[in-house]
Amino acid sequence: MDPRDAMDRRDLAWYVDRVAQALVFVGGISAIIFILGIFVFVTKEGLDFVLGSLNLGEFFTSIAWRPTSNNPTYGALALMVGTASVTGFAMLFSVPLSLGAALYIGEFATGKTREALKILVEMLAAIPSVVWGFVGMSIMNPLIIETFDVPVGLGVLNAGLILGLMAAPIMTTIAEDALKAVPDTYREAAEALGATRWEVILKVVIPASKNGLLAAVLLGVGRGFGETMAVLMASGHAINLPTSPFDSVRALTATIAAELGDTVYGSSHYGALFTLGIFLFLVTFIVNLTADVVVRGIRKK
Amino acid sequence: MADGERGDYAIETRGLNLWYGDFQALYDVDLEVKRGIITSMIGPSGCGKTTLLRTCNRIIERLGYVRTTGSVSILGHDIFADDVELVQVRKRIGMVFQRPNPLPISIRDNVLFGFRLHEARLRKVSAVEEDEILESSLRQVLLWDTVKDRLDKSATGLSLEEQQKLCIARLLPVKPEVLLMDEPCSALDPAGTEAVEELIWKLRGDYTILIVTHNMAQARRASDECVFMLLGRIIEHGRTDEVFLNPENSETADYIEGRYG
Repeated sequence: MDPRDAMDRRDLAWYVDRVAQALVFVGGISAIIFILGIFVFVTKEGLDFVLGSLNLGEFFTSIAWRPTSNNPTYGALALMVGTASVTGFAMLFSVPLSLGAALYIGEFATGKTREALKILVEMLAAIPSVVWGFVGMSIMNPLIIETFDVPVGLGVLNAGLILGLMAAPIMTTIAEDALKAVPDTYREAAEALGATRWEVILKVVIPASKNGLLAAVLLGVGRGFGETMAVLMASGHAINLPTSPFDSVRALTATIAAELGDTVYGSSHYGALFTLGIFLFLVTFIVNLTADVVVRGIRKK
Repeated sequence: MADGERGDYAIETRGLNLWYGDFQALYDVDLEVKRGIITSMIGPSGCGKTTLLRTCNRIIERLGYVRTTGSVSILGHDIFADDVELVQVRKRIGMVFQRPNPLPISIRDNVLFGFRLHEARLRKVSAVEEDEILESSLRQVLLWDTVKDRLDKSATGLSLEEQQKLCIARLLPVKPEVLLMDEPCSALDPAGTEAVEELIWKLRGDYTILIVTHNMAQARRASDECVFMLLGRIIEHGRTDEVFLNPENSETADYIEGRYG
């Protein structure tokens, strides 16, 4: 018998297949390994402090974040409110903007306009956050001072606007995908029944894509929570419970970024910053998981 | 559009040409569809019959790269005229599509979709009135007994035959006069085809029906008049039995005898 016909012969293609499978497998599970790794590392660094010297009541209810005082206190309430207010403000302005942009790109724009807009929106996502921070500091700041006649232009309004613009591209892209997933036959059916373009959007397209739109908003919120540099630069970075949009605030992420370099490894300040990290990680994890579950919800239907 | 129904025909086209971009799909089409009867359109794939049907309620313009010359009158009104509102045109003309396309909402909301669209603009509609309309529409399409216990369930869970009947039912509350049907049975199995055909025949008289079909037997069984199209032109139009028994044109004869298609 010709040895090339042997039933147990393994040729080059067999080995290539094995190697390729192994490489793809490593690529596939690396995402899981990295996310677990980050979670374990952040938790490990913060856990001693959380279980040991952290006063949980103080952490969640006090605004006194004095890690370098002789008698340090770790009240993170102002930081949480800072992050929440900036993100909330950003969403207030970014959600209508993004959904409007997605509706225009997905439902009205055609041909070259549509392609150009999609590319521009994606380019907006590629602007580095430090550049956004720069825009906040050197353009928005004087603009806000002049327009509203306030002493400082770095605050909730400034950071919120910057963050809103930063979150808009991802929200627009995901929302547009959700609109695109609505079968055209639905629109055609409604139009043939005499619905106007707007009625089609309001009564057919939005209800049919509401899960995807919600996921888009949640991803935007996740983006807002996590953003660091631009918020650090545009928020004023002052520990403060804001009472007006012009008040300066400090965000959780910005606190970590600004302070971690100055701490002693293993000190309670170091542990406290990692505790903020754990908290942020949990919040963004929950938001993203919700978004994911919501998106899966549409696919199943 | 209340200024008298002056047209003798439900649908009348004059010198209608239509281009998709550079491709001309309709050539000089003159079609007269009589009121109250069923007119079928037959012809090989790509002959323009669906295009012609979709021009009658201007849904073809959704494509964006469509250009027309000539005129289309529905119930005596030129639908390309500047003072004609598309919404009003489409209120008078119902359309049934090739694939059943119920909206992803409940059966109830599907049936009442068009009604709410048009009536809610004018007045407040009571729930009792909606229920009556819902029931009578579903009864007319012989669907009431099947779905009366699950009116609030999603319409996409119905069988294709039921979905297609529902798509006909949702036209009725808007009180259209013309029904355009684009191969309404092509997605259905033989039993479903029979049921929907029966329904279409039942609607005859109350509505002017223009139906595109690939199925010659269906055109023959279920229409009063028949239009044969080829390469964007109307070749023959006459009483269905005449067209099938004594076609005037040799191309018609060839087609219905199955020499091409």
